[in-house]
Amino acid sequence: MISVENLSKQYGATTVVDGVSMVIERNSITVIVGTSGSGKSTLLRMINRLIEPTRGRVLIDGHDTTGEPAHLLRRRIGYAIQGHGLFPHRTVAENIATVPRLLGWDEARIRARVEELLLVFQLDPGAYAGAFPHQLSGGQQQRVGVARALAAEPAVLLMDEPFGALDPIIRAKAQDDLLDIQRRFGTTIVLVTHDMDEAFRLGDHVAVMSHGRLLQYDRPAVLLTRPADPFVSRMTGVSDRAMRLLSLTTAGEAALPGVSEGPAVAAAASLREVLSELLWRGADSAVVMDADGTRRGYLTIAAILERGRPG
Amino acid sequence: MSVRTALTVPRLRRLDPLGALLAGAGAVAAVFLPFVVLKSNRIVPGDPRGLLDALPAWGALGCQAVLICAAIAALGVSNARVRLGAALLGVAAVALAVAAAGDALTPAGNKVVRVAPGAGFWVLLMCLGLMATDAVTRMRPGPGLRVLFLALSIVVAGLALAHGTFDHLSVMREYAVNADRFAREARQHVWLALGSLAAAVLVALPIGILCHRVPRLRSGVLGTLNVIQTIPAIALFGILMVPLAALAAAVPLAAALGIRGIGAAPAAVALFLYSLLPIAANTVAGLKRVPRAAVEAARGMGMTSWQILTGIELILALPVILTGIRIVLVQNIGMVTVAALIGGGGLGTFVFQGIGQTAIDLVLLGAIPIVALAFSAAVVLDALAEVLDRARQ
Ligand SMILES: Nc1ncnc2c1ncn2[C@@H]1O[C@H](COP(=O)(O)OP(=O)(O)OP(=O)(O)O)[C@@H](O)[C@H]1O
Ligand SMILES: [Mg+2]
Repeated sequence: MISVENLSKQYGATTVVDGVSMVIERNSITVIVGTSGSGKSTLLRMINRLIEPTRGRVLIDGHDTTGEPAHLLRRRIGYAIQGHGLFPHRTVAENIATVPRLLGWDEARIRARVEELLLVFQLDPGAYAGAFPHQLSGGQQQRVGVARALAAEPAVLLMDEPFGALDPIIRAKAQDDLLDIQRRFGTTIVLVTHDMDEAFRLGDHVAVMSHGRLLQYDRPAVLLTRPADPFVSRMTGVSDRAMRLLSLTTAGEAALPGVSEGPAVAAAASLREVLSELLWRGADSAVVMDADGTRRGYLTIAAILERGRPG
Repeated sequence: MSVRTALTVPRLRRLDPLGALLAGAGAVAAVFLPFVVLKSNRIVPGDPRGLLDALPAWGALGCQAVLICAAIAALGVSNARVRLGAALLGVAAVALAVAAAGDALTPAGNKVVRVAPGAGFWVLLMCLGLMATDAVTRMRPGPGLRVLFLALSIVVAGLALAHGTFDHLSVMREYAVNADRFAREARQHVWLALGSLAAAVLVALPIGILCHRVPRLRSGVLGTLNVIQTIPAIALFGILMVPLAALAAAVPLAAALGIRGIGAAPAAVALFLYSLLPIAANTVAGLKRVPRAAVEAARGMGMTSWQILTGIELILALPVILTGIRIVLVQNIGMVTVAALIGGGGLGTFVFQGIGQTAIDLVLLGAIPIVALAFSAAVVLDALAEVLDRARQ
């Protein structure tokens, strides 16, 4: 758990982050959104003390982060940035091994961990461990960047627009991978993005910032249904907020018990996707199937539309 | 007509412009310019001799045959390896011919008569050297191969000198007279060039790092170093004489260490000052080239400033820094020559003595090794920078 308490950063007379307080739950993904220059990166970088706050403090699992030298703190916190920041003169394996080496792991353990991560990120160790970053595609470089951030099994991972440089298809894949990895390792992730779709897709909680202030920090559905501020509704988007809301619920969660006619849809699909599928097929109802092929229940267009309304 | 002629004829027809120029100049030099100059002693003007007058007939004809082959290769062969081979054979032939002329023209036991390479020899050597350089450039050899090539050339030249092949030539006569001093001045030359370089690296590297970290300092510091660069060497020696002489007078320890207004001390200080700008500026340029995201990520992962500097930044900047070091080393090797004027020693001593005595052979005794040193330093450091750059790209 990360507690941010009344955190502020001033450069001269300008306040870049202004009295932000928030509690970030363990094993969750928190996404920080806001317009450019709103202080998102500054807030994120104060968590691992790349920037020292002017006021306030950060506690990780109850311990003040100023209780140890900043560089030792950072070795326990993963950090991934836009443009990956890989070291061009080191191989993929050496890049991933950076923090374990700093921590003095023995070579066998480092090698095993590098191999494990390459496999998790779908990079064949035989082909990629000895490759240099410039020999990789943009998507591969980005995956290595995240693998490197996770190498020393950090409990917390900070990400600053990690997928900003990727094209939409690779980006969607990277987002799915991140969700898998978060589940697999149980990492607490704090991620900064400009992209509201990304925020809604990944975030268990979303923090909306403007001019250094935290306007609202809540579950995505609450941001849509009960925005604390007109700026929050503008950020989350007024015109397609109903569809956004539908995208936050899966077919499995919304399925009604019973049997019905209609096309089969996956329980993991969002209601937005199910609705689109039904419109496309001209059907009124769908059968919700679990991944193992058993029936979970059914959905109707009317039931889906019900879910697209606030409250 | 066979297929082979059909293939080779158009290749020969396409004249190589550089090759034509070199072959033409070489031919003029071989026919009209003296190959060697025979002098009754070391300072009088000499009696010019062509290739045919200087050598036994078989030697002159053999040398000419090789030169004609080289000219044909220069004119019409496009294969770079063949061109290189022909040029090197030509160099060997010309070198052996000039050595043989020395042997043939020197009366037995006579220590006064001098046989000096003439304008024809030098022009031929230059044409063949350019042809070889051009061929090597076209072959684009890797850095390792270039250094190997250099090492082989040094070994061959060293063996020929040790064997006494050129002992009857005027330059080697000067060497024989000055052998002890030559070794001492050569050591002094290398020592001044390398010592001032090492001191400059120790000072300029931190200056460059500081200028990179604190951009406000950059223009001021680099501007100051740039002004130093514009001061002519002789003027800088003069400027340094005053404070160094004063230092020696005021601090006995300084005088005991050999610091004086003239001599090696002002030379070393001047070379050191000249060396600062290229190294500092290239350090800044090299560090600027390091991807910002890499440094940011390194910091974010908990590397210390020192680890980032030594493990990431300097390593990525090294090829550019080495380019600066290369500039400085070559520049220093040349500039140490001038240090002889203020008693700094080095191979320049022979150059200026030779000029004073109008003994051109003595000038060459100093100048040839200086050129060879500078050339070798350039080849080695270029290769090193390229190896490092390649590993990092
Ligand atoms: N070292 C600094 N000195 C002065 N101002 C700074 C400094 N670093 C950042 N700022 C200012 O602080 C503000 C917030 O910067 P920050 O990088 O946190 O914004 P951001 O929300 O991450 O923006 P973006 O989405 O463009 O990345 C910006 O207006 C920026 O100009
Ligand atoms: Mg930012």
